[in-house]
Amino acid sequence: MSTIVEQQQTSVPAGTWQADPVHSSVGFAVKYLGVATFSGELKGFEASLVDGELAGKAQVASIEVKDENLYAHLQAPDFFDVERFPELTFSGRDAGDGRFQGELTIKGVTKPVTLEGVVTGPVTDPYGNERYGLALAAVVDRTDFGLDWNAPLPGGGFALANDVTLKAELSLIKAA
Amino acid sequence: MRILAISGSLRRGSHNTSLLRAAEELLPPTSELVFWDGLRDVPPYDQDDDVQPAPPAVAALRQAVAEADAVLIATPEFNSSIPGALKNALDWASRPIATNVFRNKPVAVIGSSAGMFGAVWAQAELRKVLGAMGARVADVEVAVGHAGEKFEADGTLVDDDVREQVADALSVLGVEVGSGLVAV
Repeated sequence: MSTIVEQQQTSVPAGTWQADPVHSSVGFAVKYLGVATFSGELKGFEASLVDGELAGKAQVASIEVKDENLYAHLQAPDFFDVERFPELTFSGRDAGDGRFQGELTIKGVTKPVTLEGVVTGPVTDPYGNERYGLALAAVVDRTDFGLDWNAPLPGGGFALANDVTLKAELSLIKAA
Repeated sequence: MRILAISGSLRRGSHNTSLLRAAEELLPPTSELVFWDGLRDVPPYDQDDDVQPAPPAVAALRQAVAEADAVLIATPEFNSSIPGALKNALDWASRPIATNVFRNKPVAVIGSSAGMFGAVWAQAELRKVLGAMGARVADVEVAVGHAGEKFEADGTLVDDDVREQVADALSVLGVEVGSGLVAV
């Protein structure tokens, strides 16, 4: 009988790795009405890690939220403007301690961003693949990327926070 | 380029309709301004009536928007906001929200009023509404205050500053469409 021991570490593995799309996720979280955090996922994405170079892109049209009218608004020029900017992208390099320094592009605007990461693994999965986990997060100001929509609240303040947490939970499989 | 012109005023001799006529004169020959004159015929929005086929005036509005490359709306201001008839027409046009004819449509909002502020609050609210509908709202503002002094009795615009502002707004709208339209 063998036991899989989850091992957390900060060093990024060498070699070529691809995110397993079924067991990985990419999403965002933002405070709404000042009290609770609203979150959504981008179901369509790709991510790879090649010798410390992390590259990922996600499809705006694949944003999943629980209301069709909200989905329509998020796709519109008020927010992501899918017609002109169908993808979000990140590319960056291992900066040690699980961090990746690179450039994030949203709505055609590219800004330097550091992703804080936690590397877990390796394990050998039941199908014989070597895997690492890579959990990434960064807080960005959405207005830096031209996502400026907001609505004033009757009691003061605004409906939607500017700080948005971007999250990715990647299950990386070593390329054959 | 085909621009649909919508005046938010029903009044004969409307300054906002005159403002749109002034815009028409500024367009190069390759563009045309098509006036939608069905505002009076749009019924009050009622979800029970929001079925296929749509009421004729609503269907005509939706078709006119769909066939246009861009929309230019000139609005007056009623009680610090959008005139009810105009808002009602847009509410009809916005349905269904996910696929409505204004989605990604370049739209510029301009306006005039008899008072000094040139319908700025109505314009701001109109931009908010259009954004929520999914329109591509151009970053322009033409606020013609004291309209009675800017137009002659026959509606002719006599203010060169306003004419220049309208020309700039048309240029921005043209860039949004991607035509590189430059008003003459």
